[in-house]
Amino acid sequence: MKNLHSLAAAACWLAALTFFSTATSAQSVPDVQLKDLESRAVSTAQFIAEADGPVLICFWATWCSPCKRELNAYADYYGDWKKETGVELVAVSIDDPRSLSRVAPYFNSTGWDYTVWLDPNREFARSMQVINVPHTFLVDPKTGEIIWQHNNYADGDEDEVYEQLLKFVESND
Amino acid sequence: MIKPTSAQILSASLVLVLGLGASTLSAQGNLDGGIGQNAGQNAGHISGNVSMTMQTYSADSLIGAVVPPGKTGFNAFGNLIYTQGNFSAGLRYESYLNPVLGFPGRFHGTGVGYRFARYTKGKFDVTIGNFYEQFGSGLLLRAYEQRALGIDNALDGFRLIWRPIDGLTLKGLYGKQRMDFDSGLINGAGIVRAFDADLDVNQLHSKWVNAKTRVSLGGSFVSRFQAGSTFLVDTLVLEVPQNVGGWGFRGALQHGGFQASFEYVKKINDPSAENLFTYREGEGLLVNLGWSKKGLGFLLSGKAVDNMSFRSDRNMLLFDLPINYMPAITKQHTYNLAATLYPYATVAQGEVGWSAELFYMLERGSKLGGKYGTKISAQWATAFSLDTTNLTGLDGAVYGYERNSWMPGSELFIRDVNLEISRKLSRKLKAKYTYFHFDFNTLATPVTTDFKGIVNADIHVAELGWRIKPKHSLRTEVQVLITEQDKGDWGTVVAEYTVSPHWFFSFMDQYNFGNESVEKRVHYMYGILGYIEGANRISMGFGKRREGIFCIGGVCRAVPASNGFEITFTSSF
Repeated sequence: MKNLHSLAAAACWLAALTFFSTATSAQSVPDVQLKDLESRAVSTAQFIAEADGPVLICFWATWCSPCKRELNAYADYYGDWKKETGVELVAVSIDDPRSLSRVAPYFNSTGWDYTVWLDPNREFARSMQVINVPHTFLVDPKTGEIIWQHNNYADGDEDEVYEQLLKFVESND
Repeated sequence: MIKPTSAQILSASLVLVLGLGASTLSAQGNLDGGIGQNAGQNAGHISGNVSMTMQTYSADSLIGAVVPPGKTGFNAFGNLIYTQGNFSAGLRYESYLNPVLGFPGRFHGTGVGYRFARYTKGKFDVTIGNFYEQFGSGLLLRAYEQRALGIDNALDGFRLIWRPIDGLTLKGLYGKQRMDFDSGLINGAGIVRAFDADLDVNQLHSKWVNAKTRVSLGGSFVSRFQAGSTFLVDTLVLEVPQNVGGWGFRGALQHGGFQASFEYVKKINDPSAENLFTYREGEGLLVNLGWSKKGLGFLLSGKAVDNMSFRSDRNMLLFDLPINYMPAITKQHTYNLAATLYPYATVAQGEVGWSAELFYMLERGSKLGGKYGTKISAQWATAFSLDTTNLTGLDGAVYGYERNSWMPGSELFIRDVNLEISRKLSRKLKAKYTYFHFDFNTLATPVTTDFKGIVNADIHVAELGWRIKPKHSLRTEVQVLITEQDKGDWGTVVAEYTVSPHWFFSFMDQYNFGNESVEKRVHYMYGILGYIEGANRISMGFGKRREGIFCIGGVCRAVPASNGFEITFTSSF
C-alpha cells in the first residue's frame, strides 16, 4: 500500500513536471480587483494594458520607513522620468485596517504625484509574490510581464531604476 | 501501512489537477490560439517565491537565551502558482525543522500548508481550497497571514464571488480555518459560513461614475458552527450555543479631500475561553473622519469594541483561530525602542479609543521649509477600558458585566503621543527627529513581567542619512527611552551602510543602561551583512536579541531571547 501511494505521488509529480516544462516562468502582472484612493474599482491588468509607457509598481505602507524613503527619492525625479520614458508609477499600499485610513491624508500631505492602489489584505502583493516591502517591479505594458524587480531600498537605488527605464525605452525604440 | 493525511491527499490531487487538468487547458489554449502562436504563452506561466530562515543558538544566561534540544531552527516556505488565463492554482510547501525560536513551538515537520485552485468566468470567481478574505475593515471577518510571525488563519473550503452588476460584489464562503501545522495543514474544529455584499453606489448610474462625491455601502453576515455540550456553573447547567452569528454594516463617503467612513458589527452571545464563558453579546464600532489636500492632512478615528473577539473554536486564545481582526488605535511604530518594548494591541475584552493625527509639509523654498521642504506629522492616540458595572451573584462572585455607555471607563490602557519632523538638508544629507510619549498599562497589555501598572516613557530618536558618494550611503539612528518604571532607561544605536543596489551592512546595539540591577545592564549587539540581486536577498546576522513581544490584531506573543547566528534568504520569480 505504501508503495502504491509513493507510485501515485510520483506519477502526479511527473505529470505536473511534464506540463510545467512547457509553461513559461516569466512573471506577469495578475488581474486583481483593487480600489484607488478615491474608492474607484481598479483592474490591475487593465490599467497596465492601457498604460502608454512602462509601469513602475512600488509596494509600500505608511509604517514602512524604507518604502517612504524610496517614494520620496523617486518624487525628486518622477517628472523628468515621465517626460523621458513615459513611466507611470503606481504606489500599492499594503496598509491593513489598522493604518488604512491614514493612507489618503498621509499621501496627499506628501505632494507625491503617483497613482495609489489599496491592497489591505495583500491579495495583489501575494499574487505578485511579494514577501517584504519595499518591493518594486518594472512592467512592460505591452506584454504585462515583469522585466525588472528589486526587493529593498537604499539611497542611490533610484539610479538603478533610471538605468532600467532607459534600457526599456532603448530596447523598444 | 501508512495512511496519508487528508491534506496530503488533497495536495496530491491538486498536483494531479495542475499536471493533467492544466495540460488539457494548455491543449485547448493551443487550439484556440491557432498554429504558430507562442506555445509557452498558451501553456500559462508559473510564479513563486521562497523564504528560508536558519538560526543557530548559543546559551547566554545573562539575557536568558537557551539552546533548544535541536541546536538549530529552520523555517522555510515556498509558493508555487500556475496561472493560465482565468485559471490559477498553487500550493505552499512549508518546513519547521525545528521552528525558529519565537514561532509557535507546536509547528513541526515539512509538508503542504496551503493549496488552492481558482478561476473566473464572466461575473463569477470561484476559489477551491485555501484562501484569504476580508470583509470591510475586518471587524467581522479577516483571514490573513503574517508569515514572519507565524500568523495564518487562512480559510479552507469554497468561496464564490459574484459581480452581477457594475459596482456590486457579493461574496459567499464556507470553510474551516488553519490552526496548526504538523507535516501538513491542520484545521480548527469550527465551520465558518459567511456572506458579504459591497456596493459602490457611483457605479449604478453612468452620470455618477466620475462624480466628485463617492459613496459605498456594505453589509456582512458571519456564522460559526462548533459542536458543543453543556457545562456547570454553581448549580446551573448551561448550554453553549453551537451556532454563533455576527453581522455588520458599513459605509464610506468621499468628497474631494474629505473622507468619512464607519463600520458597526454585532455578535450574539458567544461564551468562550476568552470571555470566561459569559453569555454576553459583542459589539464593535469604527469611525474615521479625514480631510486632506496637497501638503496637509487630518485624520480623526474612533473605535469601540465590547466582547467582540470571534473565533472558530470557542476554546482557543491568543493567535489561534481568530475569525475577525480588531485593529489597535495606535499606529504601528518601527523604531526599535518604540516598536519592541511597549507595543500596544487592542484589549480583546473591550476598550474605547480615539486618535487625532496631523500631516503637514512646509513648502519647499519657504523660510521654515528650507530648500527641499520639511515634513511634520503628529498623533495623539488613547484607549480606555469600557464604562461597565460588574454583575455579581449573591455570594459576591462576578458573573460578567453590563456596559453603561460607550464612554471611556476609568482605566487607561494606552496614551501614545508622537511627533515626527523630517527634512532634507542638502543633496547628501537627510535628518529626522521623532518624539514619543507612552503611558502604557502593562496590566491591560502584559508585555513585561517586571512591572505591573502604568509605564510612563519618553523616547527621542534622531536619524541621519548621508549619501557619501554615488551608490554609497550611511544611515544612523540614536534612540533613547527614559522611564522610571519597568526596566528603566534604554538606548539604541543603529548604523547601516549600503552600496546600492547590492550590498548592505547594519549594526545595532540596544543597551538597558538604566536598569536598577547592574548585571542586567546588557548590550544586545547584532550585526547583519546582506546581498540583494533583483528579487533575491540573502543576509547573515550574528549577535544577541532581547526577548520581546509581537502584538498584532488584538493579541501579543512572546519571543524569547536568543544569541547566535542567522541566515535568511528570500526570493521570488
